[in-house]
Amino acid sequence: MYIANIILPLMVLGIVMYGVYKKVDVFDVFIVGVKEGLSMSLQIFPTILAMIVSVNIFLKSNLLQDITIYLQPIFNFLNFPTEILPLAILRPISGSSSLIMLNNILSTYGVDSFIGRVASVIQGSTDTTIYILGLYFGSVGVKKIKYSLLVGLLADLSCIIISLIVVSILF
Amino acid sequence: MVNYIWAFFIIVGILYSFFSGNTDIINTEIISSASLSVNMILTILPIMCLWLGLMNIAKESGLLEIISKKISPFIKILFPEIPKNHEALGLICSNIVMNMLGLGNAATPFGLKAMKSMQSLNKNKDIASRSMITFLVINTASVTIIPTTVISFRLANGASNPADIVLASIITTFLSCLFGLVLDRICYIIWRRKYVYS
Repeated sequence: MYIANIILPLMVLGIVMYGVYKKVDVFDVFIVGVKEGLSMSLQIFPTILAMIVSVNIFLKSNLLQDITIYLQPIFNFLNFPTEILPLAILRPISGSSSLIMLNNILSTYGVDSFIGRVASVIQGSTDTTIYILGLYFGSVGVKKIKYSLLVGLLADLSCIIISLIVVSILF
Repeated sequence: MVNYIWAFFIIVGILYSFFSGNTDIINTEIISSASLSVNMILTILPIMCLWLGLMNIAKESGLLEIISKKISPFIKILFPEIPKNHEALGLICSNIVMNMLGLGNAATPFGLKAMKSMQSLNKNKDIASRSMITFLVINTASVTIIPTTVISFRLANGASNPADIVLASIITTFLSCLFGLVLDRICYIIWRRKYVYS
């Protein structure tokens, strides 16, 4: 956390200093980039709106929560801690909802519990697959995404399994 | 595919809400999620502008090119379709570095520019190119060295040592990313074969 606090200013410093050293019109060039950022934000806005509306309708329908309840016996049988199941399912779909879920898990089971640690590792070591695919492919107008969703979701699944193993070995 | 996923979430969500009696919540959610997206773009917009501004300096001064050249041999294994010293490599690298540092918001503008750059190399603009998929696999698996958000949540919940999960997190993120990359290669080979023979 503290390292990240130093790295950011250092990067800004490095970029600007190198620009001045190479006699670039830093201010003008910066403005050109900002303009590009402005148009890029406008360009991705429709995609963001579309993704958020559809994902939120899905989340608020409570389907996921209900599925979790039905799946519980199966996962109990497999010796999989069902407490992290809601987080595991939400993680690829919505970043903000899974953060809320992580917070619930941390306050219910404790930060230093096995469940709390596994949940933290899952949240920290994977990203919102569906949102990323929608945003990035949407931004360039790609319609056929081939096997990317399959690979993304299987990588998320592997992350959950690996985190269970790693946390039980390390702690 | 994106079309189907999008429609799936909406149709299944609304139908299930009828079934479970959640219609009131969905009713308000449709409107409020639309305004939520405005909030979101407003948080992204300044960061995006700032980073693309700085990146433009890095590009004009040749810094981006130096970085791409340094990292080229390594990234080239992952992205064989991108020509050597192409701008896309530098952008991909910047995106990965930002993600590694846990600066997800700063990573997004680089990622979007990288996609744009890869799209210019793409022969069929409707279909995802191989490099795009590899890039997004790395992104969704999110190779993070310092998971800043998680650490702050652990701190807020009173962890004695909030950063004690960092090592476990690094091991997990690298292994799952490696798994994703191997799977990506396998899928690519299977897909290409199917495409050639059919």
